[in-house]
Amino acid sequence: MTHSISPKARRPTASGRLQAWLPRLVLAPSAAVILFFVYGFMLWTFVLSLTSSRMLPSYDFVGFGQYARLMANDRWWVASTNLMIFGALFVAVCLVIGALLAILLDQKIRQEGALRTVYLYPMALSFIVTGVVWKWLLNPQLGIQAMVQGWGFESFRFDWIVDPNMAIYTLVIAAVWQASGFVMALFLAGLRGIDDSIIKAAQLDGASLPRIYWRVVMPCLRPVVFSAVMILAHIAIKSFDLVVALTGGGPGYASDLPATFMYTHAFNRAQIGLGSASAMLMLGGVLAILIPYLYSELRSRRHG
Amino acid sequence: MSTLRLPALRLPTLRLSTLPLPTLRQSALGLALSMAATTSAQASDVEVLHWWTSGGEARAANVLKELLEAEGYGWEDFAVAGGGGETAMTVLKSRAMSGNPPSAAQIKGPEIQEWGELGLLGDLDDVAAEENWDALLPEVVADIMRFDGHYVAVPANVHRVNWLWANPEVLDAAGVEMPTTLDELFTAGEAIREAGFVPLAHGGQAWQDATVFESVVLGSQGVDFYRQSLVELDPEALGSDQMIEALETFKRLRELMDEGMPGRDWNIATNMVIEGDAGFQLMGDWAKGEFTAAGLTAGEDYLCAAAPGSEDAFSFNIDSLAMFRVNDDGEREAQQALARLVLEPTFQEAFNLAKGSIPARPDLDMSEFDSCAEQSLADFQRTAETGGLVPSMSHGMAVRADVQGAIFDVVTNYFNDANMPADQAAERLVSAAQMASF
Repeated sequence: MTHSISPKARRPTASGRLQAWLPRLVLAPSAAVILFFVYGFMLWTFVLSLTSSRMLPSYDFVGFGQYARLMANDRWWVASTNLMIFGALFVAVCLVIGALLAILLDQKIRQEGALRTVYLYPMALSFIVTGVVWKWLLNPQLGIQAMVQGWGFESFRFDWIVDPNMAIYTLVIAAVWQASGFVMALFLAGLRGIDDSIIKAAQLDGASLPRIYWRVVMPCLRPVVFSAVMILAHIAIKSFDLVVALTGGGPGYASDLPATFMYTHAFNRAQIGLGSASAMLMLGGVLAILIPYLYSELRSRRHG
Repeated sequence: MSTLRLPALRLPTLRLSTLPLPTLRQSALGLALSMAATTSAQASDVEVLHWWTSGGEARAANVLKELLEAEGYGWEDFAVAGGGGETAMTVLKSRAMSGNPPSAAQIKGPEIQEWGELGLLGDLDDVAAEENWDALLPEVVADIMRFDGHYVAVPANVHRVNWLWANPEVLDAAGVEMPTTLDELFTAGEAIREAGFVPLAHGGQAWQDATVFESVVLGSQGVDFYRQSLVELDPEALGSDQMIEALETFKRLRELMDEGMPGRDWNIATNMVIEGDAGFQLMGDWAKGEFTAAGLTAGEDYLCAAAPGSEDAFSFNIDSLAMFRVNDDGEREAQQALARLVLEPTFQEAFNLAKGSIPARPDLDMSEFDSCAEQSLADFQRTAETGGLVPSMSHGMAVRADVQGAIFDVVTNYFNDANMPADQAAERLVSAAQMASF
């Protein structure tokens, strides 16, 4: 196709036409691949979610029956509630800790480079490693609880990973440990980009340091917060490996997330229809959060 | 990704089987030849998808391969690692969907029926008639191997799920005997706790919870109730007072377990018994592999007995190879040969010694096996006659995967939630059995 176009195009303004077409030509294969493998499969998943597919895909349509089953499924609600708790806490705590660490590191301290690396390193680990390490740390008989009890504080208890009501918070701990250093790096880059003269002007006006950060610096960091929330939110929603390694969804299914729910039902329990329905609801949930946020952020940036 | 891995997995075995000790060039040539070979050469090959990949299992699978090759058929190995076979099943599904299933695959329990309903399985009636499987296999086992009245699969082994394992040194230290009823288990457990050990080693994973639950139902309510509730899914039985009682006993077992159990793998729990940290474990006889690997002798260094109260029951978990429909006569012939050889004494002995299970045919010489396996076989034969031989719910022999999953959810949630009353759990079992099917 490219050969048939280029000779014709070369005659009027050869290099100009080519320049106009080249980006599109280069992007075309990846666009086609994404169109097929991402959007095509999204569509296929939607179609499957309307069928009674069990072990293998079938095209026996049952309307929204799978969605009705999902709504009646106790475990699905546990998983969805967990995602909200996990997502909200994970994003919020990471932002707070990341911002604090960045501000503290920004005080022109010695050995900043080494400290930065220390905080950033957890991000280099995979969630599986993080999950396994925290699984041991949180195990009441091996980890923190056993250690503190060994020091003589016999009544000390830290057994969240064993407690169905608290297990979801252990996921937050491990995920925050891993990602807050990364958020710190984002904020630090943002802080370094702020013009010193603004801060000096505020100091001249007699503003205290906390006030300068809260009123002057933070508003300048709005785009950084935006990117951090985007990245953290998608880490939260696609969290799968962390759950598998840290709690295995347990105790019982107390720390199940929609992603693990979907995998279990579609692949282990021969319920492809139900699994597809849960995948579509996950997609819906992501869009419901992302679209308004993207819209407001992009619009306000354009106007202001 | 899985489809990408297939050639990599199959090529080395092709090379090994066709050309012993080849140079690089020869092997490449041989490979090209065997791949380009016409149907006549490929016709007598069987491609077997399985997940017998651990050391002993792989050696046992190799025995089958050698038997097959001795008769002039080729064995195309298609091993997909991953304990529960979930990865293997995913690969199998993608192969079947693309219209190119292997000739045989490790499929078990009611899943055989599901593949049969899809019209993908071929029949083994000729070899079954020739070898007289009807007489050889117990009726309950044969039923699972048949679809629509035709044999479509061949059993490789029989695992017993309702076992109790014990460390005799711990029992001696606590001054207790091997319990034969659940009440005795609780009393013995208390004594073991007082002696400073964990009474019952357990791993808090859904399938392990279900394994223990199954043994408790068998041990406290008997075989008939187990069959009604967890095999036939009779809603009356599932919601009955008997079920509530079994659920309450099941939850009481928590008192005998340690708090480090959530997420623990079964072999680590077994290791607690081996190391003398724990007294008992309720687990199927694959646990024996761990005891054997630790160099322990059955009956001396470790004890085995039917799960308390369930000595007249045998909940079985059977590995089997199901045969896919093939059109080529030569390939069909190879399939029949494979099916015959799986039940051959040589393979049965090698395979089951490696797996810790017992042979699927009861007429074998058991002198090579240990005392636990001998007891298992005796109970297998006895329960096959008394009707105590039942398929294991927790290991996918009794109900379809979706129902099993829904039951797992209820059982594990109830077991881990201190506030859920037993009658509520029983109600949820009833709705799980109905909900799961569409």
